[in-house]
Amino acid sequence: MTPSTPSPLAEIEADLAGRVAAAARDRTPLRLCGGGSQAALCRSDSGAPLDLTVLQGIIAYEPSELVITVGAGTPLTVVADALAARGQMLPFEPRLAEGRATVGGAVAAQRGGPRRWTAGAVRDFLLGLVLIDGRGQRLRFGGQVIKNVAGFDVTRLQAGAWGSLGIITEVSIKVLPLPLLERTLQFELDQAQALHQINAWAGQPLPLSASSWEHGCLRVRLSGVAAAVDLASRVMGGEALDDRTAAAHWAGLRERCHPFFSAGGTLWRLALRPTAAVLELPGSVLWEWGGGQRWLRSDAPVEQVRRAAAAAGGHAELHAGGPAGTPVFHPLAAPLDGLHRRIKAVFDPAGILNPGTPDYL
Amino acid sequence: MRESDTFPRVSDADLFAALRSVLPEEAVLTEAQARRTYESDGLSAYRQSPRVVVLPADEQQVQAVLAACHRLGVPVVARGHGTGLSGGALPLADGVLMSMARLNRIVAIDAHARTARVQPGVRNLAISEAAAPHSLYYAPDPSSQIACSIGGNVAENSGGVHCLKYGLTVHNLLRVRGLLADGSPFEAGGEGPDGPGFDLLALLTGSEGLLAVITEITVRLLPKPRTVQALLAAFDDVERAGQAVAAIIAAGIIPAGLEMMDGPATRAAEAYVHANYPVDAEALLICESDGTAEEVADEVARMRALLEAAGATEIRYSRDEAERLKFWAGRKSAFPAVGRLSPDYYCIDGTIPRRTLGEVLRWMYARSREVGVDVVNVFHAGDGNLHPLLLFDASKPGEFERTELFANDILRKCVEVGGTITGEHGVGVEKIDAMCGQFAAPELETFHGLKHAFDAAGLLNPGKAVPTLHRCAELGRMHVHHGELPHPDLPRF
Repeated sequence: MTPSTPSPLAEIEADLAGRVAAAARDRTPLRLCGGGSQAALCRSDSGAPLDLTVLQGIIAYEPSELVITVGAGTPLTVVADALAARGQMLPFEPRLAEGRATVGGAVAAQRGGPRRWTAGAVRDFLLGLVLIDGRGQRLRFGGQVIKNVAGFDVTRLQAGAWGSLGIITEVSIKVLPLPLLERTLQFELDQAQALHQINAWAGQPLPLSASSWEHGCLRVRLSGVAAAVDLASRVMGGEALDDRTAAAHWAGLRERCHPFFSAGGTLWRLALRPTAAVLELPGSVLWEWGGGQRWLRSDAPVEQVRRAAAAAGGHAELHAGGPAGTPVFHPLAAPLDGLHRRIKAVFDPAGILNPGTPDYL
Repeated sequence: MRESDTFPRVSDADLFAALRSVLPEEAVLTEAQARRTYESDGLSAYRQSPRVVVLPADEQQVQAVLAACHRLGVPVVARGHGTGLSGGALPLADGVLMSMARLNRIVAIDAHARTARVQPGVRNLAISEAAAPHSLYYAPDPSSQIACSIGGNVAENSGGVHCLKYGLTVHNLLRVRGLLADGSPFEAGGEGPDGPGFDLLALLTGSEGLLAVITEITVRLLPKPRTVQALLAAFDDVERAGQAVAAIIAAGIIPAGLEMMDGPATRAAEAYVHANYPVDAEALLICESDGTAEEVADEVARMRALLEAAGATEIRYSRDEAERLKFWAGRKSAFPAVGRLSPDYYCIDGTIPRRTLGEVLRWMYARSREVGVDVVNVFHAGDGNLHPLLLFDASKPGEFERTELFANDILRKCVEVGGTITGEHGVGVEKIDAMCGQFAAPELETFHGLKHAFDAAGLLNPGKAVPTLHRCAELGRMHVHHGELPHPDLPRF
């Protein structure tokens, strides 16, 4: 599709833009609603709900271009099925939330599932999008091509901005071929040994596509052509998991329905230097992405968790529980705090889009 | 953005004294001859001597220069190694040119975490050289990687011939340390898979020095593939070669490299480096596969079958590393090779959806005949990034102007078919007018708003990358009256 082609979403976009412009005039807060799969981290419980699931449909898909363009309200399952029919996939392995998770929600709030470790995050595959800003203006950034350095990268800026900088209405994503073969290996290792081993392997040319550790058990998924997966299996050793158990394990992590996530209490997500030592914090840990994403169930004081994350080159997000009023996101220090608020004001001067989210603003 | 007369002009004496109070004497260059060394980057058609050149050696000195310039209201253009191709580092007559070349230290390599922490003046290739003992490397490899700086790569979001598989600069950064225009330090990204707050790392990458000055960069290193092999495929028709590229990707293969040269480019490269290219071909594809020996053997066999089915007239394998490098030698020297065909050439950098390649090339050859400017094409075929080289003679009156008009036609065509005016070289000063065709006023206003959020005084590399609305409106009017772009001797920054 070229920029001059009228978008099939044009009418819906015009309607949304009109409503945003009116809300901006009246300073009425709007709560952007996709499939509702990320409600835990979204603190915008006030404001008039704006249903974005109306932005439906695959707008353009050309497998040989490795690009799909879709309405932001389209369920990820619809996109994943269309891609799978042509032997392709969303490379970041997003959470599907039983069909509720939408493309726009994945861009606004997700970082990706197990394959994010080696394939890249949602933002790495974003090529372009259409945005309705807080004034009700329809803006187009990026495009449907892989290389594009015209203008500031407003497209990737939307990834993880939780809709605070605009309503994403259309998204173009780079896709990749499905792997020909996947195999999961399992190893009995304590946490320190597992962290060392997984990072040693990640420094070798092995077809790694996912990893997790909990309760003395390291699991590693290999993806690629059969010869490469076979060779890597021989190099790495371990015990091969049967396909059904393996698929259920990675789906459990992707969907966060693995028992670790439903145990109750305070749940933190820490994004750290993958080689950071075992955290000296009370509680239990499950990690993914070679040790880069660590889930921590702990009653440790908030400040202690955030200090530990910063010391390990990263940050901590509160995903469940915690003392009332604890910020979800890692607070920002000067000059970043002011800079973030100025960026917010560029896109949403009236402060009507998802006010309160993210809570560092 | 900043108009040139916004600031009360501080005297040279006061400015130089302020800079000398924070830098060693030899790090402030005011002599005309010394300043002239910095008058252009890789786009030498644009030249401007800066008011003064400074050579800070560490972050503290960079910070002091920024603070002084902020206080005095003097614009600053940061420059890496000056290999940029869009005039992004073109100095301002009334501004400070700040070379980052002395910040050239590889601070740390963490082999276990696969990261390198480096200063912005480190050369791209030097990172891979330093990582080589650990069997790691830094993936983005712009053609100028021997010379270009990683700081410049961040400013331009540089690509290279392997980015279909390994991504651009933005995909290979973890964290940057930088300074805002007033000298306040900040970090974006993190050592982990993501950072806190908005994705400022992505916003800064490719921002052409308009938002901040980067003082330290942490990049991701990758394990070096064990085996690399290249295939050379000749076609008697460029469209058939384009279809072969589509067939390879549709078959689920992401080659490490996928490059195309048209007939004229192939013949120019062959005459220059004697790579033993088939000179009667109308298009030449170089397909590279990397990985374990098993992966490469499998992928090369599948690619060969697809190339044959697509009608390749000849296919060759690289039998060893020397031959692989020979396959690449022609492609990598395409620019100097073309330089021998013509006194001057103008390199264009647009991206198109791959499926439109045939249409765009047919249009380009026809237009070339119409305007009387020869064109030679090299193409990052895997990711749709087209580099037409327009041949001209600057000593002949009117040739540069005609060439520039043709260049702008090509960029308009790229946008028209759903592509973009720059895939990897950036906007700089060169494509600032073409930005008016790619973006509408509200989008340009958003860019200006972001610039203002970072740099309210408009002191960092002002006038580049994003045109003022006024400028676009003027161009628009002139389009209506004359149907062509204005004469290039109009003020451009």
